[in-house]
Amino acid sequence: MRLFLAFTAGGLFGTGLFLSGMTDTRKVQGWLDVFGNWDPALAFVMGGAIIPMAIAWRLAAGRKPLAGGGFPAPARHDIGHRLITGSVLFGMGWGLAGLCPGPAMASLSYGGWGGALFLVSMAAGMLAAPKLSVQLDRLAARA
Amino acid sequence: MQADWIWGLAGGLLIGLGGAVYLLGNGRIMGASGILGGLVDGSGRDSARERLAFIAGLVLLPLALMLLIPAKADTHLTSNAAVIIAAGLLVGAGTRVANGCTSGHGVCGISRFSLRGMVATVFYILAGGLTVAVLRHALGVI
Repeated sequence: MRLFLAFTAGGLFGTGLFLSGMTDTRKVQGWLDVFGNWDPALAFVMGGAIIPMAIAWRLAAGRKPLAGGGFPAPARHDIGHRLITGSVLFGMGWGLAGLCPGPAMASLSYGGWGGALFLVSMAAGMLAAPKLSVQLDRLAARA
Repeated sequence: MQADWIWGLAGGLLIGLGGAVYLLGNGRIMGASGILGGLVDGSGRDSARERLAFIAGLVLLPLALMLLIPAKADTHLTSNAAVIIAAGLLVGAGTRVANGCTSGHGVCGISRFSLRGMVATVFYILAGGLTVAVLRHALGVI
């Protein structure tokens, strides 16, 4: 049950990323090109995705997940330097190549060697993240 | 293409539906960097099979769609290996330091009015926009 639901969720996610154009780095960079020839189409992706998700959060209140267990903890509201710095680093990489983590995985079958190289580099970055976080904490403590 | 925004909206609704299934079904937040990151660094070992099932769907459905709509199956990714490696490292490290990416902070966070999700989204879009502006319009390299 859990595995089937996870596969279904991943499949819907992948289908949406494929159809929306999120795996097309030219479109993503065109959307991020707010100071140039801005392509607004991808704003509809985020807008469209938030609608069913907002309904799901409403439905989750006072219920239990279908496959058992519990729902995630309530949203945190603390804004730390890790959140900001990490997001800035992520955004730089996103602008540089036009891929974020979901589309990088979704395009595995047609992304070629470049897509595979991106995934391996992304995994390496993920492994380096805990050490980087500690370094950032030190810098923040000194500042 | 003029119908781009319709594809965007339709695709977006499916992405949100995926997130809804993962939340209401398994009680989990659909964050791509977290699902993969937990496998990469071993922190998500307890839920490894669930993560792998999610990634299997995420990879296999586009593979099937590629055969139906080959025109959309092109990432147009740069062929500059140094750029790809730098971007991958930044995306991997950044999303794990910030504990989320476009799906986790963006879609799942904003939809429950999470301040962290909204702040993260503002910063990664700003950073992405500035990166494209500098590299495309100031330096002319992408």
